[in-house]
Amino acid sequence: MSDKPEVNRARRNILIATGCAGGVATVASAVPFAASMLPSERAKAIGAPVEADISYLAAGEMMRVEWRGQPVWIVHRTKEMLDGVKADDVKVADPKSERKPDELTPEYARNEFRSIKPEYLVVVGICSHLGCSPSDRLKAQPEPFDPDWKGGFYCPCHGSLFDLAGRVYKNKPAPDNLAVPPYTFLSDTKLLIGEDKKA
Amino acid sequence: MAATEKQPVTGAGPFNGILTWVDERYPLMSTWKAHLAEYYAPKNFNFWYYFGSLAMLVLVLQIVTGIVLTMHYKPDAAQAFASVEYIMRDVPWGWLIRYMHSTGASALFVCVYLHMFRAMLYGSYRKPRELLWIFGMLIFLCLMAEGFFGYLLPWGQMSYWGAQVIVNLFAAIPIVGPDIAIWIRGDYVVSDATLNRFFAFHVIAVPLVLLGLVAAHLLALHEVGSNNPDGIEIKNLKDPKTGIPLDGIPFHPYYTVKDIFGAAVFMFVFAVIVFFAPEFGGYLLEYNNFIAADPLRTPQHIAPVWYFTPYYSILRSFTVNFFWIDAKIWGVAAMGVSTLIFFLLPWLDRSPAKSIRYRGPIYKTALAVFVVCFLILGYLGTLSVNEGRTIVAQICTALYFLFFLLMPWYTTIDKCMPEPERVTK
Amino acid sequence: MMKRLLVLACVVAGFAVPPSAQATEAEIKLEAAPIDVRDAASLQAGARTFVNYCLNCHSASLLRYNRLVDIGLTEQQIKDNLMFTADKIGEMMNIAMTKKDAAEWFGPAPDLSLIARSRGADWLWSYFRGYYRDPASATGWNNTVFAGVGMPHVLWQLQGDRVLIEDVSRDVAGQAAKDRHGNVIKSVRFETVRRGTLTSVEYDTVVRDLVNFMTWMAEPNQVLRKQAGIWVLFFLAVLVALSYALYKEFWKDVH
Repeated sequence: MSDKPEVNRARRNILIATGCAGGVATVASAVPFAASMLPSERAKAIGAPVEADISYLAAGEMMRVEWRGQPVWIVHRTKEMLDGVKADDVKVADPKSERKPDELTPEYARNEFRSIKPEYLVVVGICSHLGCSPSDRLKAQPEPFDPDWKGGFYCPCHGSLFDLAGRVYKNKPAPDNLAVPPYTFLSDTKLLIGEDKKA
Repeated sequence: MAATEKQPVTGAGPFNGILTWVDERYPLMSTWKAHLAEYYAPKNFNFWYYFGSLAMLVLVLQIVTGIVLTMHYKPDAAQAFASVEYIMRDVPWGWLIRYMHSTGASALFVCVYLHMFRAMLYGSYRKPRELLWIFGMLIFLCLMAEGFFGYLLPWGQMSYWGAQVIVNLFAAIPIVGPDIAIWIRGDYVVSDATLNRFFAFHVIAVPLVLLGLVAAHLLALHEVGSNNPDGIEIKNLKDPKTGIPLDGIPFHPYYTVKDIFGAAVFMFVFAVIVFFAPEFGGYLLEYNNFIAADPLRTPQHIAPVWYFTPYYSILRSFTVNFFWIDAKIWGVAAMGVSTLIFFLLPWLDRSPAKSIRYRGPIYKTALAVFVVCFLILGYLGTLSVNEGRTIVAQICTALYFLFFLLMPWYTTIDKCMPEPERVTK
Repeated sequence: MMKRLLVLACVVAGFAVPPSAQATEAEIKLEAAPIDVRDAASLQAGARTFVNYCLNCHSASLLRYNRLVDIGLTEQQIKDNLMFTADKIGEMMNIAMTKKDAAEWFGPAPDLSLIARSRGADWLWSYFRGYYRDPASATGWNNTVFAGVGMPHVLWQLQGDRVLIEDVSRDVAGQAAKDRHGNVIKSVRFETVRRGTLTSVEYDTVVRDLVNFMTWMAEPNQVLRKQAGIWVLFFLAVLVALSYALYKEFWKDVH
């Protein structure tokens, strides 16, 4: 081996070259296989924006719309409910929606009530902890988990609490606020969920 | 040559440390040595010796692409056809994976047929490699089952009617036949139940058996050692000092680099077909299979995929009732025997020489005639029948069986040349 | 080496003859369709013809409307010009009729998503140019490549009415010429009895675009497939060269 170093160098070079080419080939052929597990065109078509008619949504009530197979909640908030949201500022972990704003809160919802129009809350009803869908406890009344409950959502899986702006309570398992999906008002009574004005 | 030196895992560095730790608990280095670094293969392997490792490469490709296809395919008569097109159209890169799988099926049979032909050229099935040959034949049968089950899954017209015809072959078995056919289908016609169970066989049952057989095939090979184009045992002449066969070279690195080259060439050819001719003129993806299965209408012309057509031709060439037994039963029996008869090769061949290089003219002629007959039968199997073609198929079928049945006789009278001591270039 | 090549040549030659699988009406000679699936303008024109003339009865249930972006249309253009029965751009090109209704009213109208792969582009090209008036058939139409066709000539206003004229070729003695099987040799040609709105050249363009679109629709990824294939082959050629050098380098040791 040591008596023919020049031969070995040539061998090593060609080994490295072939190894690199083989590595590139392996990675390149792995890409289509990995990519095939991404959402298909069908999934995208199903995940396309949905329209929601809110003309029948009475004040103080909520409705569920399916978007990308997930529940999207639309809550028609009353004046009292909005006051409750203001009062909750001290209880919630991220009152100004500063955490992961690009993921959770579109620009037009980075405000006090996390919405375009204060009276309409639109959030994805999936708990930021482990993906359960919290149940609605909209009425302001004493609850076992909070005697001073101003209305909001309670996650049955691990007890996380969210207020009526979808903001998570302090010291709960869930780390973040509920996500506000991209949405826009097509008219006063029609919402388009999944797409905002920029797109 | 670092690989040939017997060195325990020594030296500093975290990698060697891990290696030592593993090796104390698992036969890592000894396995590596026994099967690669110190597995001595004859140094005179030629072109034909690529196809064993290539077959394994394609098998891996089939498993990997198959797993991905399983993620998107629906084994349901109402959804199967559309789900394949869903893969072709909606799944990112799904078309590529599907074409790789459909082309890979044929590539696997090309490799296996050439691999088997190699064994017949150089007498690789002869003592002491009979069991190795039997494992190989079992792999071949498994692959045929795999191909047959898999072909139903796209649920096109050819899938449907092909399965219908093949399952009805079993109905030819006297007395119990019709019940067996119903049992296989799980219905009175090929239906959702059939599709669902064929899916189970195709994706799990047969592949499991296949992998076990491949392991057994390799273990048997490494026990007896590889044959070579001269058909002589390299183990008979060893270096008295090292005990290494004089004509042997370690599989790794010599045959690994050679097989990598072979694999690269193969992948090039494979990619040409996958990207530029995935239908391959109707041989790999038949035109009628782009029509969803319709139990009420049989296509004008149905033929199995090319790798089954030689046996299909043999089936069809029986048109007359012999000894009061139906021609149909003869055909089915002949088709079965035509695949199973390969198992007997180690005992039918009585020639003193293994390799075609040292055999006499009779065997060379017989093998050539056999290969030509096999190809003609294969070609005729893709065509519809007419009188002339049936006669040709009958002649070829006769020659096909005579190749095996007369082998004990013609290999003993053949004039063989003396085999050399050492392998030749 | 020579023997090996000979064997391989035999194998290749054995498979070089195309199977008769596609030629169900075996004797009919099909004309090669002059199509090009990279021609976006032709594909767009074909899509329009397809939506206007075919999609009323036939579905293309494997094709999404937004897939037409691949032939150079914008989603807005698709929505405005091509979507009549669907609401969402991601929907499949289905028809409003249920299959059962369609079968009752017109007889079965097959889904056309894959027709170009099962029939072939050449067949479609010849088919659309093979219609003629036939009073003997139920619809009043017949076709040279699809005898007894169930569908009337949908593009007849464009092409006009034609009839099929059979000419018997005669030898010098005035006898009908016969082939070696004793059949009279006939040649057929079309004769236009009423002109359509298009000239025959314009009609051929419409048909070409339609067949082009249907061929594209049968495998929308075919353009990508070939483009990707060139890159893959280029790379594999490099890999073949490198691995060959590696193989030769190591095998220097073996004598």
